[in-house]
Amino acid sequence: MLGTGLLKGLGVTAKNLVGSFYDPKRFVTTQYPEERTKLPEAYRNFPFLVSESPEDPMGTLRCVACQICEKECPPQCIYIEKSRDKKPDANGKMQIYPAVFDIDTAVCMSCQICVEVCPFDAIKMDQVFEIAATDRFTGLLLDRQALAKPNSYFHQIHPTEAEEVDGRLAAARRAAEEKARAAAAAKAAAKAAPPAQPPAEAPKPAP
Amino acid sequence: MSQAPTSFLENAPVLVRDWATGFLPAPARWFANSLIDIVSILAVFGLLFAFLTLAERKILGRVQNRPGPNRVGWAGWMQPFADGIKMLTKEDVVPIAADRVLHFLAPVVILAFSILTFAVIPFGRNLVPLDLDAAVVYFFAASSSTELAVFMAGWSSHNKYSLFAAMRALAQLVSYELPLLLSFVPVVLATGKLSTTGIVAAQAGWKWGFVPHWLVFTPWGAAGFAIFMVSALAESNRSPFDLPEAESELIAGHLTEYSGFKYAIFFMAEYFGMCALSGMAVTLFLGGWQAPLPALEFIPSYAWFAIKLMALLFGFMWIRATLPRLRIDQLTRLAWKFLVPLALVNLGTTAFWFLSTDWSGPFQAIRWAVAVGLVILPAILLGRSLGSGLGPRTYRYA
Repeated sequence: MLGTGLLKGLGVTAKNLVGSFYDPKRFVTTQYPEERTKLPEAYRNFPFLVSESPEDPMGTLRCVACQICEKECPPQCIYIEKSRDKKPDANGKMQIYPAVFDIDTAVCMSCQICVEVCPFDAIKMDQVFEIAATDRFTGLLLDRQALAKPNSYFHQIHPTEAEEVDGRLAAARRAAEEKARAAAAAKAAAKAAPPAQPPAEAPKPAP
Repeated sequence: MSQAPTSFLENAPVLVRDWATGFLPAPARWFANSLIDIVSILAVFGLLFAFLTLAERKILGRVQNRPGPNRVGWAGWMQPFADGIKMLTKEDVVPIAADRVLHFLAPVVILAFSILTFAVIPFGRNLVPLDLDAAVVYFFAASSSTELAVFMAGWSSHNKYSLFAAMRALAQLVSYELPLLLSFVPVVLATGKLSTTGIVAAQAGWKWGFVPHWLVFTPWGAAGFAIFMVSALAESNRSPFDLPEAESELIAGHLTEYSGFKYAIFFMAEYFGMCALSGMAVTLFLGGWQAPLPALEFIPSYAWFAIKLMALLFGFMWIRATLPRLRIDQLTRLAWKFLVPLALVNLGTTAFWFLSTDWSGPFQAIRWAVAVGLVILPAILLGRSLGSGLGPRTYRYA
């Protein structure tokens, strides 16, 4: 009959109207600046540079200024200048470091390609989104001081990924140490004993 | 009419007014009194408009499971004033090709006519701004004059969207004028009066002490009330009949070229029209300012009027939150093929109802059955033919 659909619809809206007052499942709005929802772990937007220690972020950047990310960046928002000298990195190995590392977040499209190509796990995706600035040329152009964030922060925002990266880096370090030790041991052994005589020529098989 | 309770609250507004104008010389008193009436209507309905916009946004929000405006003031209560300031400080743009005089006049005319309609509504036992003999006729004359202003706005804007929208609005408003007027004719038949105070007085008293003599509690009154409310929705350009400002098709309809406070005035007129038509529905069908039960008569009559008015306005908002907009052909079809015939049949039902007033005993049951049947059967039959052969459109690409 004409009108029954209208009544059904009115019933649905009435249920919503009343339900929004006592059913928190219906009334899901978060009052944003005062309340915040926890961002999902997979959320990402702009990249940041991982440094090992929070006390000396510039000295312990993982970045070695290899410029792969700069070359891969589709909108070309990364600008890197290599340093002329070398500094020991977190492992004590002498490495070049980025003298200038700028990301223009006005251009960045948050594609994560820089993160995927980085062989040193030095650049990762951040979770900040309140980056409104009054001047796009200074406020949105982030230099390496602004980009550097400690590894502990990375653990905070992406715990699973950080765990995996730390494990991988530790394994690499252990392997490097073992290799170094093995090399040192081999060297020491070589020094101690004179090289063995080459084995005698094998007898020719009978024709 | 039952014995009039003369509590202090009941008479307070009139006493205050008479006290205020008592200092004036006698010849100037009626003038001052009318002035106070006008100012208080403007103040009350102006504030009501402001808070209705807020209530509408809050209710629509709750229906969609969100809180609605809650930032300005206490939980959003100052939002209407923030909106007002925003509207006042906006630039008032008039297109260079527009007819400047008509463009300016349209909001003035629409607001004037919609305020004029408040003059004859009895807001309470003692609160009747103007007691005309032909108040109902005056009311509908004034309320249908707003159509003129809508067309004025559309024509003077010199904009094709405005003009199309104004033509649509005219088609809609003229179509729904007919069922609106036909739906209250039974009330005039029943009460024999065109004066609003007379119609309210005719609905006084209770059957068996608890069923009020409101006209909505008769079969023909219920049908008339339903037709009246549907037509009132269309007359006040409210959803689902808000075709004149269908923004997906016509930008903002006849309001396209209006900005700033002129736009706000059109909105004000829309809400005034809604309030006035709801007030008229209360007066004609819901017993005006009469209390629903004798025990509740201690509440002043204007409070009862306000409660009924608010209930109807809430209904308007509820419907807006629920129903999607109609297509123009569906809209006019609903008026001409459904509401007008039903309203005409309703006249016959009313005539039958009053021819059979002296039936008694089992005949009373027959009388009710026949009247209810006369209301429901045509609605079912007409409703069936309303959508037949007009199923969902299929579009074929050439």
